[in-house]
Amino acid sequence: MSANVRTSEELKSAARKLFEEGKIDLLIGYERGTLPLRTTPCFITSAEEVDRLVWDGFCSNNLAAYLPHLFSKEGKPKGWQPPKVAIVAKGCDGRSIIGLVKEKQAPRENVIILGVPCRGIVDLKKVLRALDHKEPVSGEAAEDASVIVRLDGGKEIRLGRDEVLFDSCKDCPHPEAPVCDLHVRPEIPEKKAERDFTDVADFEAKSPRERWDYFVREISKCIRCYACRQACPNCYCATCFAEQTQPKWIGVGTDLSEVMIYHLGRIFHQAGRCVDCGACVRACPMSIDLRVFTRKMVKDVKELFGYEAGISVEEPPPLCTFKTDDDQSFITEP
Amino acid sequence: MTNMETAEKEKTAEKQDSTQVSDWQPRIVAFLCNWCSYAGADLAGVSRIQYPTNVRVIRVPCSGRVNPLFILSALRQGVDGVLVSGCHPGDCHYISGNFVARRKFALLKNWLEYVGIEPERVQFSWVSAAEGGRFAQILQKVIEGVRRVGPIQKLNKLI
Repeated sequence: MSANVRTSEELKSAARKLFEEGKIDLLIGYERGTLPLRTTPCFITSAEEVDRLVWDGFCSNNLAAYLPHLFSKEGKPKGWQPPKVAIVAKGCDGRSIIGLVKEKQAPRENVIILGVPCRGIVDLKKVLRALDHKEPVSGEAAEDASVIVRLDGGKEIRLGRDEVLFDSCKDCPHPEAPVCDLHVRPEIPEKKAERDFTDVADFEAKSPRERWDYFVREISKCIRCYACRQACPNCYCATCFAEQTQPKWIGVGTDLSEVMIYHLGRIFHQAGRCVDCGACVRACPMSIDLRVFTRKMVKDVKELFGYEAGISVEEPPPLCTFKTDDDQSFITEP
Repeated sequence: MTNMETAEKEKTAEKQDSTQVSDWQPRIVAFLCNWCSYAGADLAGVSRIQYPTNVRVIRVPCSGRVNPLFILSALRQGVDGVLVSGCHPGDCHYISGNFVARRKFALLKNWLEYVGIEPERVQFSWVSAAEGGRFAQILQKVIEGVRRVGPIQKLNKLI
């Protein structure tokens, strides 16, 4: 039995137990998608349904994105009590959940984090590219996170781990949720010691002209569908600044300056909160290289304030606190 | 209209454009905190210290009040440079407003530079209520910097 199947089985029995003991009203996890190589988020409300649950290398969605809405009082009847929710969490999901708890978007006592060991998530776009855009008829993620796909006609192809993994998974230092109520793990996955920010450093080393041209080239692809915002667990503002009318920061069109302000603003809002889960990159229908930009924020927050998002509930967010000796070399002196 | 006439017309238009460029004066928006920098600017005025008139001052309660979107919006609307100025660290009227702002500004400054926007466009400084001369000097420096990089061509909305 492969590790993924074992984790899925353990997950099912843990979920069944939680429902039978009446500890939860809802479980958010993944179930098999309607197409091969895909899973879809599922909402389970009773012990009879837990057999739908799966866990493998295709569970790409960051499930934490559902929490703010679940716990928001808006539109709920009087006397409404927040539900007890268990949530299946990879490392990045777990960190996002901690971020939301810190920002009072989810009460910690109402959330049960079911930590699953993540070996990295498979990027379907990369798989399809490797297959020359032929849809496979079936396939699975193997033990070592490589992918086996079968094409129409019975041809079987094995794609290596590095070929198909999401970029954000390749140097992930947190394959497991740092804060966890229940570990569902047959074994502990290997992890990298530190995020590797050489891509950001390389970009910084380019000339301002080159950086600007790249930024323009990527951002001009944007169609303002807001998929990046919807997929992001940190983007839960009741009214996003991009849609605010009082004051009206930007218009609704795809004028380049407005699209730029949208992305500059949205990514800046992630400062000290982004866990580099890659949900925005995955969600983007135009394949904008958002990662080189979002990661700049992660890197700067780490370098300037020594902070990593979603590691502990107690540590205050970096922009809500300060040190008297923070770096101020950027200040203009006469 | 003949081709020649069109060419002539284009030429004069070009001439006008080039004169416009040489006449160009930077427009700077300065967000000044009510308790220190605004009073510093006031002192510069009262003391009759000369400084360029390219600046439009917006008074804010504290440098911590300055939302990064203020700065982005100003640039989008065609301002050539933005200066944000507050009390010296430790002198904030609200005790820690400028400390928190400092972290935010450090990130914003890096962020805008990262995407290729000239660092001269957005600047931050500390000016106390007693530093009228210093305020004029800083403003000079900011305007010089913006003059060097020219009119804003990135981020602004073309109409």
